[in-house]
Amino acid sequence: MLAHFIVALRSAGIPASLTEYLTLLRGMKEGVADYSVDDFYHLSRATLVKDERHLDRFDRVFGEVFKGLEPPEGDLTRTLPEEWLRKLAEKLLTEEEKAAIEAAGGFDKLMEMLKQRLAEQKGRHQGGSKWIGTAGTSPFGAHGYNPEGVRIGQDESRHRRAVKVWDKREFKDLDDDVEIGTRNIKLALRRLRRFARQGAATELDLPDTIRATANNAGSLDLKLVPERHNTVKVLLFLDIGGSMDDHVRICAELFSACRAEFKHLEHFYFHNCPYERLWTNNRRRRESEVSTWEVLRKYGPDYKAIIVGDAAMSPYEVVQPGGSVEHWNEESGQVWLQRILGHFRRSAWLNPMPQPAWDRYHSAVLLRQIMENRMFPLTLGGLDDMTRELSR
Amino acid sequence: MAGFRSTTSYIASRDLEVAVNAAVTLQRPLLVKGEPGTGKTVLAQEVARALGRNLIEWHIKSTTKAQQGLYEYDAVSRLRDGQLGDERVHDIGNYIIRGKLWEAFAADEQQVLLIDEIDKADIEFPNDLLLELDRMQFHVYETRETVVAKHRPIVIITSNNEKELPDAFLRRCFFHYIRFPDRETMERIVQAHFPDIKQELAREALNVFFQVRGVAELKKKPATSELLDWLKLLMIEDLPPEVLRSQDPRTAIPPLYGALLKNEQDVQLFERLAFLSRRQQR
Ligand SMILES: Nc1ncnc2c1ncn2[C@@H]1O[C@H](COP(=O)(O)OP(=O)(O)OP(=O)(O)O)[C@@H](O)[C@H]1O
Ligand SMILES: [Mg+2]
Repeated sequence: MLAHFIVALRSAGIPASLTEYLTLLRGMKEGVADYSVDDFYHLSRATLVKDERHLDRFDRVFGEVFKGLEPPEGDLTRTLPEEWLRKLAEKLLTEEEKAAIEAAGGFDKLMEMLKQRLAEQKGRHQGGSKWIGTAGTSPFGAHGYNPEGVRIGQDESRHRRAVKVWDKREFKDLDDDVEIGTRNIKLALRRLRRFARQGAATELDLPDTIRATANNAGSLDLKLVPERHNTVKVLLFLDIGGSMDDHVRICAELFSACRAEFKHLEHFYFHNCPYERLWTNNRRRRESEVSTWEVLRKYGPDYKAIIVGDAAMSPYEVVQPGGSVEHWNEESGQVWLQRILGHFRRSAWLNPMPQPAWDRYHSAVLLRQIMENRMFPLTLGGLDDMTRELSR
Repeated sequence: MAGFRSTTSYIASRDLEVAVNAAVTLQRPLLVKGEPGTGKTVLAQEVARALGRNLIEWHIKSTTKAQQGLYEYDAVSRLRDGQLGDERVHDIGNYIIRGKLWEAFAADEQQVLLIDEIDKADIEFPNDLLLELDRMQFHVYETRETVVAKHRPIVIITSNNEKELPDAFLRRCFFHYIRFPDRETMERIVQAHFPDIKQELAREALNVFFQVRGVAELKKKPATSELLDWLKLLMIEDLPPEVLRSQDPRTAIPPLYGALLKNEQDVQLFERLAFLSRRQQR
């Protein structure tokens, strides 16, 4: 059963390994999760998940796997580690009850009772007095054996279902695929910082040089380390004046917040698609207008160009000279975009629109093609992929 | 198993208890992450106390090297002693300085070893400690001796997520993410720190605190540590709880807010919000 669980985790993208699986088995054997099914959940989570972004996925898989093993497909007991249930019962029962069970046939009898009840439960809607987990009459339920936990209790009330720790989905905000908003903005910042700090040159490591020199009986042995300076330069092109303004602003703030981390960071604004002119602030007034040629001349190819926009517009705005909704453009948006992409060695498009919706817009499909697929969603995962792409 | 439990001074959720006990029982490091100020560092102290163990703290900086946790060879002193003709120079052992790991390995009883803020160090740092943490032993090349842990220490590692940690390292750890405490847990934490606090003050202060945290635009949300600092001030000043009552932080800046808001921009944000709301009321 556990092996099945691991496989399910892995196919959900949680990199649980054999080492961790074995650790989990050892943990169970050593009795770390003896007290309740919730503890089993906690133990397996602490063992198998090493990244908070995966916690929510873990919860979902846990819920599914342990539900998938319930009836209707009959023999549920196969799915519960018997040894562990036995221990559990041992822990949870009072001396009297143990005696009573002994009288009734011992722990094997207990296990049998459990199996039986599980079978009886099929097709029932409300737990009766024999129902596992019903306090009082059941040796299991009365003593904190937590039926919600394993979901043996197929028929629990809704209220009870809500109790399940993993069903609370408390880690949802930490998942990678969630849009970036104020809640996970800190995590996003860290990604960008990491991005900003890479690619450092080397400098002399004095202490190590002294040490090496001393070891070398006094003849000089130079040691170098990576410099801690920031080398990444970024140009942001932000689409402003549409439904996505909020997201674009979040994105701009995100970059600004780690401005100090980049060697250079500049913003330019456009509407829908970049053409022959850009703006240096988001009000896009005449005073703030700059020529796109000018920008290309001023900022070298080593700048990383990041375009942020929803890429949702009329296809004419991309492919047609004069297609802009705002002015007469001599050359099409596509031509300008390609000019920009041709100039900068590394470029990417960040799209705040949820990825599944992209294909609904012909323009987004077109732009993605022009970007040669380097269009990324504005999620933590998207940021990761983008920074990876930009630092190749 | 003696085990680690929530105590009167430290409120641990059940999942944290399980994670700690797993790490203790299976003798593998526990990696703890979570928002700043949610009790990651204090956890190690509490574990040490609960289990009656000594705590060795290793605080990591951006310049810390893995090797420093094992030992350092003080070549400069040796060079100097050599020039001065000091006799000590002939024994290289005189220039070996023990690090925190060595200290923990050499102790006569099991130690709790805190490696605090591991993500501050170079990206290779965790990898450089893999073998040592796994086998709990290392070799001193200069003196040709192998240091083996007399008792495998309980290792607690904290991270603020500034850097990704290597997979090989993660595979060997248990992991716990401290979620920001909900209201009820926070009440218990407050109670743990200030058993004598007036209930009403605590209640009103927590209302304000969670409202402040709810202000989306904040750059740095106050966490447990800020709340505790603030409460201490409120108690010292002996402010009547009424002052806090129905104080929507959007309309009035909380008293002694300096303890809650550590960021200049956030203070300005609150001043602006308060100003706007006053203008609206007029
Ligand atoms: N669960 C808790 N029970 C009791 N006190 C707590 C709890 N969580 C946090 N605190 C208190 O909050 C303060 C901050 O804790 P600590 O310094 O351990 O946070 P941290 O997570 O290490 O923060 P940072 O990331 O900034 O290093 C301490 O005074 C600690 O006592
Ligand atoms: Mg800390």
